[in-house]
Amino acid sequence: MPKFWRGALYAALLVAALYYLLPLYVMVITSIKTMDQIRAGNLLSLPTGISFEAWGKAWSGACTGVDCSGLQPFFWNSIRMVIPAVLISTTLGALNGYVLSKWRFRGSELTFALILFGVFIPFQVVLLPMAQTLGWFGIANSIAGLVTVHVIYGLASTTLFFRNYYVSIPDELIKAARLDGAGFWRIFLRIIIPMSTPIIMVVLIWQFTQIWNDFLFGVVFSAGDSKPITVGLNNLANTSTSVKEYNVDMSAALIAALPTILVYVFAGKYFVRGLTAGAVKG
Amino acid sequence: MQTLRITLCAAAMTVAFAANAAEVEVLHWWTSGGEAKAAGELKKMLEAKGDKWKDFAVAGGAGENAMTALKTRVVSGNPPAAAQIKGPAIQEWGDEGVLASLDDVAKADGWDKVLPKVVIDTMKYKGHYVAAPVNVHRVNWLWVNPELLKKVNAKAPTTWDEFFKTAEALQKAGIQPVAYGGQPWQDSTVFETVALGVGGVDFYKKAFISLDQNTLKSATMVKVLETYKKIKPFTDKNAAGREWNLATSMVINGKAAMQFMGDWAKGEFLAAGKVPGKDFLCVAAPGTANAYTFNIDSFAMFKLANKDAVKGQNDLASTLVSPQFQEIFNLNKGSIPVRLGADMSKFDECGKQSAKDFAADNKSGTLVPSFAHGMAMHSATQGAIYDVVSQFWNDDNMTAKSAADKLATAAKTK
Amino acid sequence: MSNPTQSAHYGFAERWLPRLVLAPSFLLTIFFVYGFIAWNGYLSFTSSRLLPNFEWAGIVQYQALFASERWWVAVKNLFIFGGLFIGGAMAVGIFLAILLDQKIRAEGALRTIYLYPMALSFIVTGTAWKWMLNPGLGLEKLMHDWGFANFTFDWLVNTDMSIYTVVIAAMWQSSGFVMALFLAGLRGIDESIIKAAQIDGASLPRIYWKIILPALRPVFFSTLMILCHIAIKSFDLVMALTGGGPGFASDVPATFMYSMAFTRGQTGLGAASATMMLMTVAAIVVPYLYSELRGNRNA
Repeated sequence: MPKFWRGALYAALLVAALYYLLPLYVMVITSIKTMDQIRAGNLLSLPTGISFEAWGKAWSGACTGVDCSGLQPFFWNSIRMVIPAVLISTTLGALNGYVLSKWRFRGSELTFALILFGVFIPFQVVLLPMAQTLGWFGIANSIAGLVTVHVIYGLASTTLFFRNYYVSIPDELIKAARLDGAGFWRIFLRIIIPMSTPIIMVVLIWQFTQIWNDFLFGVVFSAGDSKPITVGLNNLANTSTSVKEYNVDMSAALIAALPTILVYVFAGKYFVRGLTAGAVKG
Repeated sequence: MQTLRITLCAAAMTVAFAANAAEVEVLHWWTSGGEAKAAGELKKMLEAKGDKWKDFAVAGGAGENAMTALKTRVVSGNPPAAAQIKGPAIQEWGDEGVLASLDDVAKADGWDKVLPKVVIDTMKYKGHYVAAPVNVHRVNWLWVNPELLKKVNAKAPTTWDEFFKTAEALQKAGIQPVAYGGQPWQDSTVFETVALGVGGVDFYKKAFISLDQNTLKSATMVKVLETYKKIKPFTDKNAAGREWNLATSMVINGKAAMQFMGDWAKGEFLAAGKVPGKDFLCVAAPGTANAYTFNIDSFAMFKLANKDAVKGQNDLASTLVSPQFQEIFNLNKGSIPVRLGADMSKFDECGKQSAKDFAADNKSGTLVPSFAHGMAMHSATQGAIYDVVSQFWNDDNMTAKSAADKLATAAKTK
Repeated sequence: MSNPTQSAHYGFAERWLPRLVLAPSFLLTIFFVYGFIAWNGYLSFTSSRLLPNFEWAGIVQYQALFASERWWVAVKNLFIFGGLFIGGAMAVGIFLAILLDQKIRAEGALRTIYLYPMALSFIVTGTAWKWMLNPGLGLEKLMHDWGFANFTFDWLVNTDMSIYTVVIAAMWQSSGFVMALFLAGLRGIDESIIKAAQIDGASLPRIYWKIILPALRPVFFSTLMILCHIAIKSFDLVMALTGGGPGFASDVPATFMYSMAFTRGQTGLGAASATMMLMTVAAIVVPYLYSELRGNRNA
């Protein structure tokens, strides 16, 4: 390729990178400015000094209502919610995908279609009936209730991911194992799971992001002490005394975003690799 | 599945345990400076009575998210003890059969004697008290930064002509005349103030309480809409989506000269250490000196299964109406006590003025409910009218005449 | 295609185990997806106001819905938003994927940069976007500071343009994901085909246009589905950025439904709008699912 085009290529890639980085840049530099610096400068100007005061306040001192404990309690709520929800929905998705690709039976395709359609349901529709159902089970407004909701509405995508991946595993492999006398579970644990690392990474990352970032279920199905971080962040950012503390808002936003950003930075290559390994094959 | 079931069981147990503590869970959206302080006082007084306050604050969008959370809580059979509900919405919730009667508390504390009739009517559903009032806000205020007005040798305007003359002078002097927050409820707050000032009390009542079609389409309404829209050039471009208290802080910091807003704005001035009459002025909005748009905050109480919680609920209701709480709370919030003949000695000029006008307008029949704050109509109708008002404000191609016709259509929303 | 159940030497347990494993998910879906859809459908024919009630009221809610100006604004916005967002994210994503596929240095870092917006919720980035798009604080002020006094960028507060700011932010969030999907697809293409075409003297753009992109048809369709689904469900995004405003200028069906059912005590109307949304989704998705699953059976 001629040198000129090579240069243009890199230029285009860099411009795109700037576009993607701009909001993050604004958030990061604003969060380490003091309010005076924010007033004096504009949104791109570099801070004159670094101050982590706003971070500290967002983490443990900012007030919403009569509560002044910052984002800290909500952060731990989110952790307690996201871990079981991701693990359960991933496990169920793997099992479903395994059955739907390797143990098809009459009606299994229809079942798959029915489960898949669930991806598309607008979540606002389920809020009220779900509230009633959670009430019947006695888990309304608790972290357990939130976990349940996320597991149920995560099933469709996890099943889809696993099924599409497992379709690309040759059936001959399963047949051979059967001839050796391996059963349903043995094949799953000994053959399928060891081959699943890429797709498990994809699903874990996907589910983690989805559940961590959810706001709608969080605001509706949680009460005072079970609110996840997105709700905490919303309360904090929409609460203001006479002065809007942009630096605290931005620090809070970054704290809420940190886990998912870290996951993408450190595990992002597994995500792309897993997609390459077959998740996108129709 | 096994794990899920264990989680479910464990959760059910936690809930059962939690219910034993006598907690009063209160849903509110008082999250800004002065409001949060006021809520903090309530918490303190309740804890002094041996109850545990459980804060259920949901911020943002003038209570939009809070209403969603409340609805799902009620549907799941697990409502909070009390929620910030007011005006005709109390009747709507009453229709759903989920509110608890407060008649015992009301009788013991003699609410019938200490509350004005207009308040009592709002708090009762089918003859029973179901909500406790906390304050009376006056909505038709104009907040003024006197220093900026002095620069153009103007006094606080009392008529719309004066207002626009002052605004033009300010603009020429390079001062932003009006601080404005472009959110639907704020659009309507200013709109109803203009309607009261331009159209008068009878017009206001016919238009927004009787929802009279002819009045809504009338020439007066067109004039009201035109006057309302005339304010827009005096606001800044960044008003869209701005919170009310940020607009107030523009007046506090001298970035803008005036703001139309209810007296909760005073809480922000006070929280910033400003003195009424000196650093800022509160005057009735142009043309509304002899009228009073009221907005009464109240807490509706929900039916609860748990007996301990009911005790806490009654304590809460009793505290809310008690003279001590009314005083402390309203000093922080900017409003006035809802009790008749409350001691106003600790209140500032604005508060005293408000209390005096409330009593006077109560007598002369010029007390009108604020529709922008859910005191005059059902939420569906109110929402439809919000839509028209905000659309008219934002869309510079819409004529006042067509907006008036749309208002009439919106008023038919059931 | 193997069909284990037909093989005689499979035991009884083996035959039923798969169904048993699938059963919980199946039942959960039937109840929590289809049951709730039916519940919502019924509600749309009732007079439900503040809370759901079950009194039959006929089609009044649909009449009210179709007479509502705000609903049609929301529908129009969905088409503007959906069309531009899907087209834009797809174009940008494919373009970046092709660029990244040219044996680039620091590919990993660039990929992460393009992909990270997907990791963030709009509750998080909404504040930053609102700030950047606000004429008095963001880009417009920046340009003025830099001496371009006539520069205006007030889409966020402009009734006619606010929906386009939603498009910009949505593209920012999703185009990196499209890039990842297509990059994955590109990596899956057999290099020998490309080599053969190069030997035949085809130019690089031509190879992409004629050989590679057509080979990515399945990726294209799954991406289209994902984007459609993001577009129809867009909610956080609009709420965080414009709140549906100014007025209701940037309302979309999801936000319409939310404010009717939850803020305004018009649960029945909200249910009717949700039903319309579901029917739209079904009209797009069901044919796709049908062809997709049939295709698999034939494969």
